[in-house]
Amino acid sequence: MSPSAAGGGPPTGAGRPHTSWALPGVLFFAFFAVAPMVLALCLSFTEWNGLGDPEPVGLANWRRLLGDDRLTQSLTVTVLLTVVSWVFQTVISLLLGVWAAGRGRNRAILSAVFFVPFLLSSTAISLLFYALLDPNFGIVHRDTLGSTSGAFLAIVFVGGWQFIPFHTLIYQGGARQIPEVLYQAAAIDGAGRYRQFFSITLPQLRNTATTSGVLMVVGSLTYFETVLILTQGGPGTDTAILPYLMYQAGFKSYDFGYASAIATFLVVAATALSLLLVRLSGFGAMRSTREGM
Amino acid sequence: MESQTSNGGRTFSRRWVLGAGATTLLTTGLSACGSSGGSGSGGGTLTAFVYGDDAVKVQTKSVDRFNASAAAERTKGRIKLEKVPGADYPAKLRTAMGSPNAPDVFFNWGGGSIKAYEEAGQLVDLTDTVASDPVLKDGFLPSVLAAGGLNGRTYGIPMRGMQPVILFYNKAVFAEHELRPPTTWDQLLDLNSRLKKAGITPFALGGADIWPELMWLEYLVDRIGGPEVFERIKNGDAAGWGDPAVLKAAETVKQLIDDGAFGKGFSSVAYTNGGAPAVFAKGKAAMHLMGSWEYSTQLGKFPDFARKNLGWFAFPRVEGGAGDIRNVVGNPTNYWSLNARTSNRDAAIAFLRDCASEAYAKDLVAGGDIPATSNAQKLLAASPNPEFATFQYQMVRQAPAFTLSWDQAVDPNVSTPMLTEINKLFVGKSSPAQFVSALKGLK
Repeated sequence: MSPSAAGGGPPTGAGRPHTSWALPGVLFFAFFAVAPMVLALCLSFTEWNGLGDPEPVGLANWRRLLGDDRLTQSLTVTVLLTVVSWVFQTVISLLLGVWAAGRGRNRAILSAVFFVPFLLSSTAISLLFYALLDPNFGIVHRDTLGSTSGAFLAIVFVGGWQFIPFHTLIYQGGARQIPEVLYQAAAIDGAGRYRQFFSITLPQLRNTATTSGVLMVVGSLTYFETVLILTQGGPGTDTAILPYLMYQAGFKSYDFGYASAIATFLVVAATALSLLLVRLSGFGAMRSTREGM
Repeated sequence: MESQTSNGGRTFSRRWVLGAGATTLLTTGLSACGSSGGSGSGGGTLTAFVYGDDAVKVQTKSVDRFNASAAAERTKGRIKLEKVPGADYPAKLRTAMGSPNAPDVFFNWGGGSIKAYEEAGQLVDLTDTVASDPVLKDGFLPSVLAAGGLNGRTYGIPMRGMQPVILFYNKAVFAEHELRPPTTWDQLLDLNSRLKKAGITPFALGGADIWPELMWLEYLVDRIGGPEVFERIKNGDAAGWGDPAVLKAAETVKQLIDDGAFGKGFSSVAYTNGGAPAVFAKGKAAMHLMGSWEYSTQLGKFPDFARKNLGWFAFPRVEGGAGDIRNVVGNPTNYWSLNARTSNRDAAIAFLRDCASEAYAKDLVAGGDIPATSNAQKLLAASPNPEFATFQYQMVRQAPAFTLSWDQAVDPNVSTPMLTEINKLFVGKSSPAQFVSALKGLK
């Protein structure tokens, strides 16, 4: 695809959308994303319990946030959850996706079946697994959610169960984009299945992996319902990830100033991390995976 | 976790900030129209927010009765009942109270649950109204009326059943192993070891909800140190957590847990989803420390068990402890409070007076509840279980002290971390000494 055909249009300006066409989108984004974020930033410098007017307290919430032991613990858990989820989901969805990209009716049918978990609401999924993991009446007669590692792995598993289908779809799409000629050429050169996978499929899926990876990382950073329903941050505070901490501060303690500080921190951290990922992976430069072809 | 979460998650934070932002805008808007007053209830119709569970039918009838009454005519007011479903009631009430659509009358738990509203000047002080109105003044048990107030002032009128915490037991299990309800802590420990030998979990505990764990500490602190210990904490003295009784109670709990008194896995059993009641009703556990609503819960889920084998007794006394065995912890009842911005205060107060009526008390009794009204005793015979009803009524009436559940008595920004610390103690993430020092840091 030549760059000029890709939406930007030729310099003549013919058929180019007028700037005002972007207005609805921009307004929507400004109203429902930017404005609330700015408000949260403002609120983070105040103390407000939801009643009356917020009272300015300067940097008090931020000082408290940085000195909060729970933040350190929460950050550790959040990072751990992100990394483990990323590994767990990437490996499975990559393999499934590449497999599903192949031809054959059975693959098409199974791909559709695999997609079902993604269509369910996360709340319903969490409630379902909560019942299955019940130590007395569940299928596993162990106190899974009562132990630190059990609760953590349960969250990783349930998250994976729900979102692997989505990433499988991304990888399936990515794998279908790989030109057939590459495989034909490799076959002539005598490359076997594994060699083809590692030398052609994997490198060709680099941009796909970045897309899916960024989505996973940002997703894990803002993961919430599953923790709320499965563990409520427990046992103790061992699975209290940042969004859960924010929810507790806001809607349990009615400490909206502090909750806003956590929220702002999350926005900054998630944005920085995804920019960093894009940078490191070279995705930003949009270098084609098909150079020299 | 991917776009859905990343989107879903982001929306969450967006939604959150948006909510906060919208509320701010609304608040500002409201202060701008200031004097136009009213709380979104034009035309003499007052809104009442109520916790929308099974018991709400009593309030529905009360509203119908009031709207058809002469008092409604005289005060030109009508009540519209808004049933707010689910456990999110406190959060929804908080949002509504900060907006122009605030209710005129609202359900609450008294104490800490209304403290923020009192501080924001959003409550009608009912002290003088009650004192000058014999119907209200003599209509309710004084201890219950007092328990819902703040700093000795009255802000709420009792409107639901009393909810003392009681030790329930499975009569069939007790009979099979020839056990008798304990009255002292030593007897309870003896029971504990005999039940374990028999392979039965001594106590069901819905630890996932945390508040059932709280009940153990509430009673132990009362029995060991007396009600004064928590009274001091409730009044805002965080150093009160340093009282030796709190440490002793925490150590006692730890000993029970290490002893396996709650069985394995109690921390992922919940009360609210029916887990703990089922363990108890099916005889896997012999006893269950729970609010009086356990009876109606069991009646709904395991009617045979509730009718035949559900027994109850008061929490035992602790040898050498300062607390009276007659002391009670729990929720005295729920209350109606009035929004200071209500457009028709006379109508609202006239509506509250219906709670003292015999018709109201009868409706409560018919639903298995024990009204906190002074006229309740003679009505109890009509209860679905007169024996249990009388036990409860006498228990509360004779109690030298009724300690409001800690999580309702203190401010929400204290109760949330407090519950977290309690959970950490129960799951073994902190020692009794660490527990005490963490609580002392709450303010």
